[in-house]
Amino acid sequence: MPKAARKIRVNCKINGKAFSLEAYPMARLLDVLREQAGLTGTKEGCGEGECGACSIELDGLLVNSCLVPAVQADGAKIRTIEGVANASELSAVQQAFLTHGGAQCGICTPGMILAARNLLSRNAQPTETEIREALSGNLCRCTGYTKIFESVLEACRAQRVRS
Amino acid sequence: MRSYVPAYELQEPRNLLDALERMAREPGEWRPFAGGTDLMVLLEAGKLVQRKFLSIWKLPELSGITVAPANVNLNALTTYSEIRGHELLAREFPLLCRAAAETGSIATQNRGTLGGNIANASPAADSPPVLLVYDAELELVSASGVRWVPYHGFWNGYKKIAMRNDELIRTIRLPRQRKFSKQFYRKVGTRRAQAISKVCFAGAARMDAGRIVDIRIALGSVAPTVFRASESEKILRGEKPTPATLRAAQDILSREISPIDDIRSTARYRLRVAQNLLAEFCESLQS
Repeated sequence: MPKAARKIRVNCKINGKAFSLEAYPMARLLDVLREQAGLTGTKEGCGEGECGACSIELDGLLVNSCLVPAVQADGAKIRTIEGVANASELSAVQQAFLTHGGAQCGICTPGMILAARNLLSRNAQPTETEIREALSGNLCRCTGYTKIFESVLEACRAQRVRS
Repeated sequence: MRSYVPAYELQEPRNLLDALERMAREPGEWRPFAGGTDLMVLLEAGKLVQRKFLSIWKLPELSGITVAPANVNLNALTTYSEIRGHELLAREFPLLCRAAAETGSIATQNRGTLGGNIANASPAADSPPVLLVYDAELELVSASGVRWVPYHGFWNGYKKIAMRNDELIRTIRLPRQRKFSKQFYRKVGTRRAQAISKVCFAGAARMDAGRIVDIRIALGSVAPTVFRASESEKILRGEKPTPATLRAAQDILSREISPIDDIRSTARYRLRVAQNLLAEFCESLQS
């Protein structure tokens, strides 16, 4: 199949660091992050926006990076799982996942943590229903969700204690 | 199989006029690309036939919600998240907020747009039945002008809309003067979140002394297009929602919709659920 497009420059900030990446305009941001920026923490599950494994924050909004074309990430501020911990200290959500067994095989975990983190950034004291809704776009085939849910509840508590 | 990404062009026009001029110069050559929640799925599946797109996602002329005395104007790039968070919409157009909350996940709602949902023209889309109930109108723009069309009838068949290939949807307008005292929305899918509907039902009515003075009923996933159940409405308009009236309306509904067997459900199930949802809606009118 002939090439129609030329590669473009995608200048963006990922986890606070400036990147100038080269990609085809329709390339999936997921692939650009993994293959151009070397940030392989973001996982691919379904590749069609159903499972949430590739969740990242794009300008503060939770998105499925498999559904974002590279050209639309130009000028954006991006947060991936690599940018969730603060230097050497885990975030409240990460710590709670460790303590409560919220991660098992690990494929869904980066997306789950981003979804939970994004919820807590918008709403520091979510209700149980709000937590369930915030995680409803992220599928897990190991844990049965209970431990993930408990981890996020614990992260809310820990965040309250800290603040 | 995934599409070959270098074969796809996705360019950013300088502004709306630039986009419209390019679409006018080479009709059919360039198609608009908004949040990508449908088109990127087709790309991944190797089913994206169109090769050249204009990324309209960042055009400020197509973003935002404005409220006027007589109507609310939602520009085409309004996302489901913006709809959910809008106080006036929650008060006056609650079904639209319900539909937005039932569309995909939060990640989808942050990127999916109302204009994209209309242009994609899926009969299973969640917000179009609501737009029919609220008598939405669409503003279509092209390099050669502007026209307004009612959303009801804005299609020519399965996934085909009555729009030229040099046109863009700029605004979705909802009139505010029509007052419905009862409003109902229910989406039936395989699971509560992140499902595509088997049947989607939106209804609204104005009641006076127990009688249905005005009524709107629209459904998704029961016909080649999103469907306004005009014949069922006729049976109910002017009547009290009694069991006998309901049975007559259910009978007409079964004749005016045309559900099919497909990957998500069966014609028989969809027909039964559509009739049950009509009953649920009518029962809500009695209280």
